[in-house]
Amino acid sequence: MAQARISAGQSIAAHAVLITYTLIALFPVFVILINSFKSRKAIFAEPLALPTRDTFDLIGYTTVLKQGDFFGYFQNSMIVTVASLFFVLIFGAMAAFALSEYRFRGNLLTGLYLALGIMIPIRLGTVAILELMVASGLVNTLMALILVYTAQGLPLAVFILSEFMKQVSDDLKNAGRVDGLSEYTIFFRLVLPLVRPAMATVAVFTMIPIWNDLWFPLILAPAESVKTITLGSQVFIGQFVTNWNAVLAALSLAILPVLVLYLIFSRQLIRGITAGAVK
Amino acid sequence: MSGRRQIRWHIAVFLAPAVLVYTAIMIVPLFGTLNLSLFNQTPERTKEFVGLSNFRTLFGDPRWSGAFWNALGNNAWFFVVHMLVQNPIGILLAALLSSPRLRMAAFYRTAIFIPTILSFVIVGFVWKLILSPIWGIAPGMLDVVGLKSLFAPWLGKEDYALTALALVSVWQFVGIPMMLIYAALLTIPDEVLEAAEMDGITGMSQFWKIKLPLILPSVGIISILTFVGNFNAFDLIYVAQGALAGPDFSTDILGTFLYRTFFGFQLQLGDPHMGATIATAMFGIILIGVCIYLFGIQTRLRRYQF
Repeated sequence: MAQARISAGQSIAAHAVLITYTLIALFPVFVILINSFKSRKAIFAEPLALPTRDTFDLIGYTTVLKQGDFFGYFQNSMIVTVASLFFVLIFGAMAAFALSEYRFRGNLLTGLYLALGIMIPIRLGTVAILELMVASGLVNTLMALILVYTAQGLPLAVFILSEFMKQVSDDLKNAGRVDGLSEYTIFFRLVLPLVRPAMATVAVFTMIPIWNDLWFPLILAPAESVKTITLGSQVFIGQFVTNWNAVLAALSLAILPVLVLYLIFSRQLIRGITAGAVK
Repeated sequence: MSGRRQIRWHIAVFLAPAVLVYTAIMIVPLFGTLNLSLFNQTPERTKEFVGLSNFRTLFGDPRWSGAFWNALGNNAWFFVVHMLVQNPIGILLAALLSSPRLRMAAFYRTAIFIPTILSFVIVGFVWKLILSPIWGIAPGMLDVVGLKSLFAPWLGKEDYALTALALVSVWQFVGIPMMLIYAALLTIPDEVLEAAEMDGITGMSQFWKIKLPLILPSVGIISILTFVGNFNAFDLIYVAQGALAGPDFSTDILGTFLYRTFFGFQLQLGDPHMGATIATAMFGIILIGVCIYLFGIQTRLRRYQF
C-alpha cells in the first residue's frame, strides 16, 4: 500500500543522505581507532590508511597501560555508575509507583516538585553541594558522586516511570490485593517486572551522562584513588599531548567500553524510546 | 469499607527515599547557592550580608561585566548554532528514517547515535586531533576535493573557534533530536497519511503540510532541552580549550566563566560568592527561557489527538 508509492529515486536519495551522515558520525571514531594501532611514523605518513603488517604497532597501548592506573579508573567509574543507576531505578520506581497508584493529598504537588529537577540543572547548586560534602567529610569519596548522580537522575526517572506505571492493569494489582499481598509485594513482585522495558530506557538515559560527566568528578572527587575514567583520561591525555601513540590509544581505551555497552543496549533503547509509538 | 481512614504508611515509604535524596542534594544546595550570592567575604574572613550588590558588581563593574556579557553573548551564539544546525539536521534524519520500508534503518539509527554516547573528553580531543594542522587530516581531506586553501586552524582563531566548537557539539548531540522526532513521527496514524495521499499530498509537501504541524510539540520540547543543555555547557569547551576558554576568551561561555570564578584559575583567585552570583544569574536565565517556552510557546502549540 503506502510502500508502493515510494519511488526508487526517492529511496536512493534517502539512502545517500543517511549514508553521508553516518560517515560523518563514524569517521572521527574510525580514524582514532585505526591510528591507535599504528607506529608513530605511519600515523603521520598516511593517517587514513588501515594498519598493515609493517605499520602495526602497540606501543601506544603499552605506554598507556604502564603510566596511568586505567583499571583503577575504570573500576571507579563502574562502581559509581552501577550504584547510582541502582538507586535511581529503585527510588525512582518506588516514587513513581506511589504517585501513579495512590490518590492522596499532595500527589500532584509532589509530582511537580520532583519534575522541577528536569528543567533546572543540578550543576547550579555546585557551590553549595561542595560545601555540603566538605561539611560531611565526603569529598574525594565515590559516595559523594553516587549521591549527586542519584539526585540528578531521579526527576527524569520518576517522570518516565510513572507514565509507564499508569499502564499496568488495575485488575492485576487488585487480584493481588484480594489474595492478601501487601502493597510492597505488589510493587516488587507484580509491577516492577512489568515495567522492565521502561526501566531499561531510564537506565540508558541515566547512565550516559553519569559515565561521561567531567564536572562533578573534577570538583568533588579529583584525588588519584577515586578518579573516574572520564576525568582520568582527561588528565592523562593532557599530560601526553605530544605522544600521539599514547593519546590515540588512551582515546580508544576510553571509547571501547561505552561502545560495547551501547551496542548491547541499543535495541532496548530504541524499543523504550518508541514505546507507546507502536501502532 | 471501614469509615475511618487509616494512615497509609506505605505511600510515605515509597516516596521517602526519592524525596529525601532529591531535596537534600538538589533543592537545598540550589537554594544554598541563591543564598550564598547575597553574601560577601569580609577581610576578617567572616560572611557579611550585602544584598544584591554582588549582582551590581557582576552586571556593572567593568572588571566583571565585560567577561559576563562576553560569556553570555558567546553562549547565545552557541545556542543559535544548535538551533539552526542541530535541530534541522535531526528532523531531516528522523524524517528519512521514518519512511516506510527503508532498509538498514536500524543500522543508521544506531550509527548516528554513537557520537552522543561518547564523553566530552573523547569528543573534544578527537576533534582537536582531526582539526590540528600538525596531523593534517582535515587539510589533507580538503586537498582531495581541491579546497585546501580554505583550511585554517579553526580552533586557534578567535573568529572561528566558538563556531567550530558549537559544530562539534552539534555533531555529538544530533542523535537526541533525531531519536525524539523519530518517535514522534511514528505516532502519526497511517490513516492520516493515507487521507493526505488521497488528496494528492505526498513527498515533501506531505512532510511540510501534514507531518511537521503534527510533531511541532516535540520540536518545542527539543528546543527547550537544547536551551537548558547549552546554557549549562562546560565540558566540551573545558576539554578543548581549557578553563581559560581561549583564544583570548573567545570561546568563554557561562559554564567555564562559573568554573573559573568559583575555583580560580592560574593568577585569578577563587571567589565562592561571585561564583554563586554567576550560578544564580544562570539560574535566572534558564528560568526565564523555560517560562517563555511554557507560557509563550507551549500554550500556543496545537495538539492533535488521534
